[in-house]
Amino acid sequence: MSLLTVTKLSVVSAGKNPRTLVDNVSFTVKCGEVLGLIGESGAGKSTIGLAILGHCRQGMRIETGSILFNGQELTTLSDRRLRQVRGRHIAYVAQSAGAAFNPAITLGEQVIEAALRHKVYDRQQAQAKAIELFELLGLPQPQQFYQRYPHQVSGGQLQRAMIAMALCAGPELLIFDEPTTALDVTTQLGVLKAISDVIRISGVAAIYISHDLAVVAQISDQIMVLQQGKTVEQAPVEQLLTQPQQDYTRRLLHAQGEVKTPQAGEALVALFIDNISARYHAQAVLQNVSLTLPRGRTLAVIGESGSGKSTLGKVICGLLSPEAGEVSLERQTLPASLRQRSRTQLRDVQLIHQIPDTALNPKERVGSQIARVLACFSDLSRSQRDTRVSELLAQVGLHAELAERFPSALSGGQKQRVCIARALAAQPKLIVCDEPTSALDPLVARDVLALLRKIQQDTGISYLFITHDLQVVREIADDVAVLKAGRIVRQGPVASTLVEPLDDYTRELLRSVPEMRVGWLEETLTA
Amino acid sequence: MPALKPSSILGLLVLSLFILIAIFAPWLAPHAPDQTLGMSWDLPGPNAILGTDNLGRDLLSRLIWGTRVSLGVTALAALVAFAVGCTLGFIAGLRGGWLDQVISRCNDIVMAIPTLILALIVLAVLPKTIPVLTLVLGLLESTRVLRVARSLAVDIGVMEFVDVARLRGESLGWILWHVILPNALQTLIAEFGLRFIFILLFLSALSFLGLGIQPPTADWGGLARDNKDGILFGVWAALVPGGAIAVLALAVNAVADWLMSGTTRVWGRKG
Repeated sequence: MSLLTVTKLSVVSAGKNPRTLVDNVSFTVKCGEVLGLIGESGAGKSTIGLAILGHCRQGMRIETGSILFNGQELTTLSDRRLRQVRGRHIAYVAQSAGAAFNPAITLGEQVIEAALRHKVYDRQQAQAKAIELFELLGLPQPQQFYQRYPHQVSGGQLQRAMIAMALCAGPELLIFDEPTTALDVTTQLGVLKAISDVIRISGVAAIYISHDLAVVAQISDQIMVLQQGKTVEQAPVEQLLTQPQQDYTRRLLHAQGEVKTPQAGEALVALFIDNISARYHAQAVLQNVSLTLPRGRTLAVIGESGSGKSTLGKVICGLLSPEAGEVSLERQTLPASLRQRSRTQLRDVQLIHQIPDTALNPKERVGSQIARVLACFSDLSRSQRDTRVSELLAQVGLHAELAERFPSALSGGQKQRVCIARALAAQPKLIVCDEPTSALDPLVARDVLALLRKIQQDTGISYLFITHDLQVVREIADDVAVLKAGRIVRQGPVASTLVEPLDDYTRELLRSVPEMRVGWLEETLTA
Repeated sequence: MPALKPSSILGLLVLSLFILIAIFAPWLAPHAPDQTLGMSWDLPGPNAILGTDNLGRDLLSRLIWGTRVSLGVTALAALVAFAVGCTLGFIAGLRGGWLDQVISRCNDIVMAIPTLILALIVLAVLPKTIPVLTLVLGLLESTRVLRVARSLAVDIGVMEFVDVARLRGESLGWILWHVILPNALQTLIAEFGLRFIFILLFLSALSFLGLGIQPPTADWGGLARDNKDGILFGVWAALVPGGAIAVLALAVNAVADWLMSGTTRVWGRKG
């Protein structure tokens, strides 16, 4: 018997020219079944998830269609009746747990709030239930955890606490909206395990929203692929992975690009990092890190979050002065602090950030942001600069008329291309790429990586590539260095470094990357 | 720009009306501000639409000329407050460290002294000319602006596009002017509206106490003081400038509200 039946659901954005965000989507979820919703950002996944709670984001409305939950039509329910369903019968787990918790109230009190509000349990029963859930979710010291505040626990623990919060009132349907996207791979593995355990033990039905097909494949029974609000394809997991019917699904399945063939022969050293140590206040972040990067090659630096990867990037760029050690570029020592670096030295090292939204000034036109780099580092006249901006935009695969736009009028992938163009405008010798693809959808990320590879072939530039994604390493890097708690634990060519025999840490990193096949999660956890 | 609400339209209309009155005072006022028409507190008549004040001068004309003085001094003082407050606040927020400590703590000390008392002491010593008054008002109010500007600069300063500018070797001044200011502008404009009203109230209070605009120049606070004794005799002349202050305050607040409603900024949000 089906628990949830969505029929021909359409959601439009209200306003002057309404856009259809969800177009005629139908599906059913049976009791105890997990449906995975997958698609790029803007595909309408979250909008569908929220619509099932009878909620639309500001400026949107459900135009047509019906959402039948337990025989009750949700689209026509009054707000008061809807509140009785939300939290009690349908619960929601959001992407960023950090933003979902009230920092001033203990985790336990927030977890039991829904159960108390809906009068499912009295206070004591609810507390017992919460502690039981904490245990089930593998949280350490459940009793003490109840008393903790959100800032006292890690991101992965907070995400699990939110799952406990959703489960506490005993809902029949859970909606997971990208619950592991903001976590790094090793943490993601733990949370995925918690989710799959909880679903198996409590027998709750769930909708799992993600842009990562490999993750969805571990949790779901059925998968529905969405593109621009429309259903592309829906099938049981096995079938979707092995016999995709649609071209778009096939492209998603093969979103990983080719493996880079390492370049042979000796090359001049572009970047040499000698025994760098760095700290933030009292905390040591990097300890005696030494690396070399040959000219025209890519060195990937991998490690879990908190291992000091991004700090290393900051030291190279001069944003953070190291405590000890030196960075030299083509045998010339770079001064530790940004202020002491000459114009040429500033020009030689460029940085591409993880999140293009915050790396571009929202109040300045794209073209002008690129042109400013040219004005700083070249003698081009104003009209020459404009021409050069068009050339640079063309080089990263963007149309020249985008120069007149503000960043808010660009998509995520376009913004990251603008950031690449801005870095290239300086004609640097080295670009430090700080996870430039991790905030992008898989297909977009693949294109950006291909672009970076092409630029390297054309210009012979060197990349220092910071990432936690091992697939990305295989696609772009020649050499790799593994960073753990601020120390290099392993380094060398990709082909010979990321193979057995491995140390425990590198093995953990490698095996935490979800693979696109059914049963990967179980195998990994039992291994 | 956020969407217009009825209250914000009304606010904008009233505000523009006051600004037009201030600009065109010489043409709008039926009489010179210091011309005596009749006896003290004459009732409204064809010659003086709102009646006369304590010295027999036309109340309407003095109110119109007073609008020019009150609004002009307030606007200039607000500009001084923002020029000083934003510059120091931005520098403190962006540079941080000891410079931030020095600027912020000095600011706290000035803020700890009740503004009205500080202004009374300063004005008791200094000559009570309009430029001095404007400067004193502006500097005292700049402490509040400094706080807002500093917190905005701290907020914006951690954004990666500021790092990008630093990595280019841009000067502090360039970053303040080209990166921080455009991103802070909307909030600052809304803040300007609120500060404007506080300065107007402050100026009126000073004039009422006799340390603000000096007679015979007309301003709203001074008008209220000149005519306050009339209240004992049932003359409502003192309420007219008070009403003008209240209406303008409401109008500016409505406009500031409207501007503020568009400043919810969520950086790097993913849909």
